[in-house]
Amino acid sequence: MDAHNSMFEVKDLACSRGNKPLFEAVSFSLKSGQALHLEGDNGVGKTSLLRMVCGLSPADAGEVRWQGQPVQADPSAFRAALFYLGHNLSLKEELSALENLQADAAVAGRTLTQEQALVALARLGLRGREHLPLRVMSQGQKRRTALARLLASQAPLWVLDEPFVALDAKAVDGLRSVLAGHVAQGGMVLFTSHQPITLQRADGAPLAVQSYRLQSVPQKARP
Amino acid sequence: MNRQAFLAVLRRDLLLALRRKSEVLTAVFFFVVVAALFPLGIGPELNTLRLVAPGVLWVGALLSSMLALQRLFEADYRDGTLEQMALSPASMPLLVGAKMLAHWLVAGVPLVLLAPVLGLQFDLSADALLTLTLALLIGTPILSLVGGIGAALTLGVRGGGVLLSLLVLPLFVPVLVFGAGAVEAQASGLGSQAHFSILMAMLLPAVFFSPWACSAALRIALE
Repeated sequence: MDAHNSMFEVKDLACSRGNKPLFEAVSFSLKSGQALHLEGDNGVGKTSLLRMVCGLSPADAGEVRWQGQPVQADPSAFRAALFYLGHNLSLKEELSALENLQADAAVAGRTLTQEQALVALARLGLRGREHLPLRVMSQGQKRRTALARLLASQAPLWVLDEPFVALDAKAVDGLRSVLAGHVAQGGMVLFTSHQPITLQRADGAPLAVQSYRLQSVPQKARP
Repeated sequence: MNRQAFLAVLRRDLLLALRRKSEVLTAVFFFVVVAALFPLGIGPELNTLRLVAPGVLWVGALLSSMLALQRLFEADYRDGTLEQMALSPASMPLLVGAKMLAHWLVAGVPLVLLAPVLGLQFDLSADALLTLTLALLIGTPILSLVGGIGAALTLGVRGGGVLLSLLVLPLFVPVLVFGAGAVEAQASGLGSQAHFSILMAMLLPAVFFSPWACSAALRIALE
């Protein structure tokens, strides 16, 4: 992946629900090797912003640029560089963790061998549970399966909506090291979380995490 | 990449159908029950039975495929798989086409295979049975393809099931008329060539345009 000089910019994005403006003039940018923590109160529109950034919903105003080009110019190239994990984990209850991982990688246009998938699952503490159908797994284990997709992904840009939810302390540490590894290799991470998150390199040196606070548009008093 | 993603979606949907057998069998069982009850209700008047057979079998197949239609995109929409398909670098109409093909293999092909067996109850001649099976073979994919557009348009709408029937049934009428008409035309010595040509003329544009229409509707549903 040519992640070492990638550039992702969001310019003046605005969103409204019905007649009510949710947020406006949201601008930030990410370069290779940077992580951005998107903060904001409940209901301020973090999830809407992330969906907009990915191109799942259209922006009311503003644009998203990848490598200096508007995303609409070459959506396929942007999608190949993007990994999105939303509130819905996109896992099939009837399939095993391994089957889920492999089907998902193929849909995202990548080949994932069984060995690679098993390594990714083992790293998130799911060794021995690779062949269990997801419906017998706990909520936390399902989330771990979804997060194992991160390890299997080669996309430089990760957009994660609340990745730390429902994880135990050990899994939170595991995920932090996965994110840190990605950033250290020149990847980009955009995530939301309600806890403060710090990232460390493998040698213990801290990695900078920028933060962006999403503000709602002040409601005008009705005449 | 496109081919790989197409095969992955097809494989996943077939695997899911295999693991959720009851859902698949409900629709097929419905077809068998409808077709088996009619001769009992009408009585042993062979001429009447021969006359109503194509209509009864076609209406049964049509309603049975309507039953299965509602689930075409529902589960994928709820668990987020559809989002991942929309964000795939592979072409979305192709992935939607894979889903429709899987749906036809699971919900349409069993009807085609069962039709000649059920047709025996109506004292259909070998010639008529062959025509009926061929007509269903061309007709059932149209039901999946055109019905898929309806399923995509009503996705996420409350009471979508009723709306789906209202939307799709008028579009199914030509298929029903020419599908059932083929058998009668063959029996009366006119030949079913014209009917088959018309059915093919409906199938080919449906194969070509339906995945595009469907993925446009799905993108709107995801917003």
